[in-house]
Amino acid sequence: MADGVAVNERAAAAAGPSAATDAARTRLVRRLLSNRNVVIGGSVFLLLVLVALLADALSPYNPTRLYPGQRLRPPSLQNLLGTDEFGRDIASLVLHGSRVSLLVGGVTMILTSVGGVVIGLIAGYYRRLDVVVMRVMDGLMAFPAILLAIALMAARGPGVWNVIISLSVVYLPRTAMLIRSTALSVRELDYVLAAQALGRGGLAIAFRHILPNCLGPLLVRGTFIFAYAVLAEAILGFLGVGVPPYVPSWGNVIASGKNVIREAFWVSAFPGVALTLAGLSLNLLGDGLRDTLDPRLRME
Amino acid sequence: MTTYLLRRLLALLPVMLVVVTIVFFLIHLIPGDPVAVILGPEANAEQIEAARRELGLDRPLPEQLVRFYTRLLRGDLGRSYFLDRPVTTALWERAEPTLVLMASALFVAVLIGVPSGIVAGAYPGSGWDRVLMTLALLGVCIPGFWLSLNFIYLFSVRLGWLPVAGYASVFSDPVAAFRYMLLPAVSLGFSQSALIARIARSCMIEVLRQDYIRTARAKGLAERSVIYLHAFRNALVPVVTVIGITMAILIGGAVVTEIVFNIPGLGRLIISAILRRDYPVVQGVVLLTAAAYMLINLVVDMVYAFIDPRIRYV
Repeated sequence: MADGVAVNERAAAAAGPSAATDAARTRLVRRLLSNRNVVIGGSVFLLLVLVALLADALSPYNPTRLYPGQRLRPPSLQNLLGTDEFGRDIASLVLHGSRVSLLVGGVTMILTSVGGVVIGLIAGYYRRLDVVVMRVMDGLMAFPAILLAIALMAARGPGVWNVIISLSVVYLPRTAMLIRSTALSVRELDYVLAAQALGRGGLAIAFRHILPNCLGPLLVRGTFIFAYAVLAEAILGFLGVGVPPYVPSWGNVIASGKNVIREAFWVSAFPGVALTLAGLSLNLLGDGLRDTLDPRLRME
Repeated sequence: MTTYLLRRLLALLPVMLVVVTIVFFLIHLIPGDPVAVILGPEANAEQIEAARRELGLDRPLPEQLVRFYTRLLRGDLGRSYFLDRPVTTALWERAEPTLVLMASALFVAVLIGVPSGIVAGAYPGSGWDRVLMTLALLGVCIPGFWLSLNFIYLFSVRLGWLPVAGYASVFSDPVAAFRYMLLPAVSLGFSQSALIARIARSCMIEVLRQDYIRTARAKGLAERSVIYLHAFRNALVPVVTVIGITMAILIGGAVVTEIVFNIPGLGRLIISAILRRDYPVVQGVVLLTAAAYMLINLVVDMVYAFIDPRIRYV
């Protein structure tokens, strides 16, 4: 059964470095590389990371410098993607905007994963805390995601870190629920009973024996959270409650493009293309990872 | 069914308590002194002190919390600092555009999503399936607010077919309302239709594997009637819940769409309230949308339990 193999591989991969795990790892990598979605999504995503890292070298202009004499220039050889109402080069803005998007997406993914693992494992393993923790998670999930993010931004004010924290709070509960339900199903398995019989403490069992079984679903979930966070960051920026307006971000540029849509469609068009591309690559990657790592969740 | 409903309603109580508490603490998340932030830099110490007393912020925290609960139970959400009226009145005034937008977007989403998903799922692997599912993937990935801007550029600025932005009430001028609402509804509905199409497709594939479908084929029914009479109706059951989930997601999407199209609904209300630091209004909109979200989810579960009685006994 594919399920059993995947669980064994993951358990083996967590057991520590040895010849057996090396083989398992090679097999896993080979399986990932034979999935078309993983390869396409992963390549586009890596390209985006590269662009973000090299944004300074790739940008023809300083994205924050204003050139009042070059307002709203259409795409040309000087400004490949045109300029905005302040004369800023759209290409440079889009290149630098990828930094904010990837930073917000990446850190949100890490924070929700770490937080979700801690909360989920504790709730899944210590039944007495479970009720309280899960009610709070239910409460957080009772808000429409983007509205909770907007409300948190309203209280905390604009800023990259506030965006990251707000989005992490918004997306944390579902990860916690996922880890909790995996923990609940795994804790009844024989090998966990064996670890208990050997006198392992609760926390050690939770982290050393239950956590490795959650890694596949966690990675899949994390990839989609990355995609949501990139989109949500752009939405918050567009609404004017995200990163401050002077920071080059895709949402901010699209927002300024909205005001000049009659004369200059390119201002909002190109950052939107970048945003779509980022979302597409992460969704493909997430779909592919899900099919490879977690066949139970496969969509027909 | 009644016991199930009661049980679900009871289960909602602790969630609502948590929701209200989170909304209460929003104002305490403001860095520094919330009152000073609300009143702005020009306020003097006396004004700040008066505002603090008026807001009850001079009381101990547990007392403030209890007051917040009791006020809410009386249906009192406080007064808007800026609009000079109770928050409930402001919410009531702004609810219609948001509801109309949500309903029209839902209509568009179902109209596009259900048929595409059913066709794709009836002939998986076919050319239609590939085209439709690629479109659905794009629908999931293209940000709705950006799609709206492109629609505005194409249909309003370039072609001049539709107004750029604005709103007219369906009750006073239905024709203008339709012209204003068409682009917002399509751009908001399109991304949701992608979700519906994906689910409808997998439901259809699942249903077509069932024994009764094989029986229907074995007794010589035309493929057309197998698909449309036998499979379609059974595939619709899970799709009904997805439509409910869609409605819940639409609340958030509507907020963003309202900003793009200048629709005077709850979304514009909360964004302008944030810019004016009108926190009671922010709290009010967030509470109202959370309540609506919970209610929709409850109704979805009820509908599902009604269609599929097995759910009630889990």
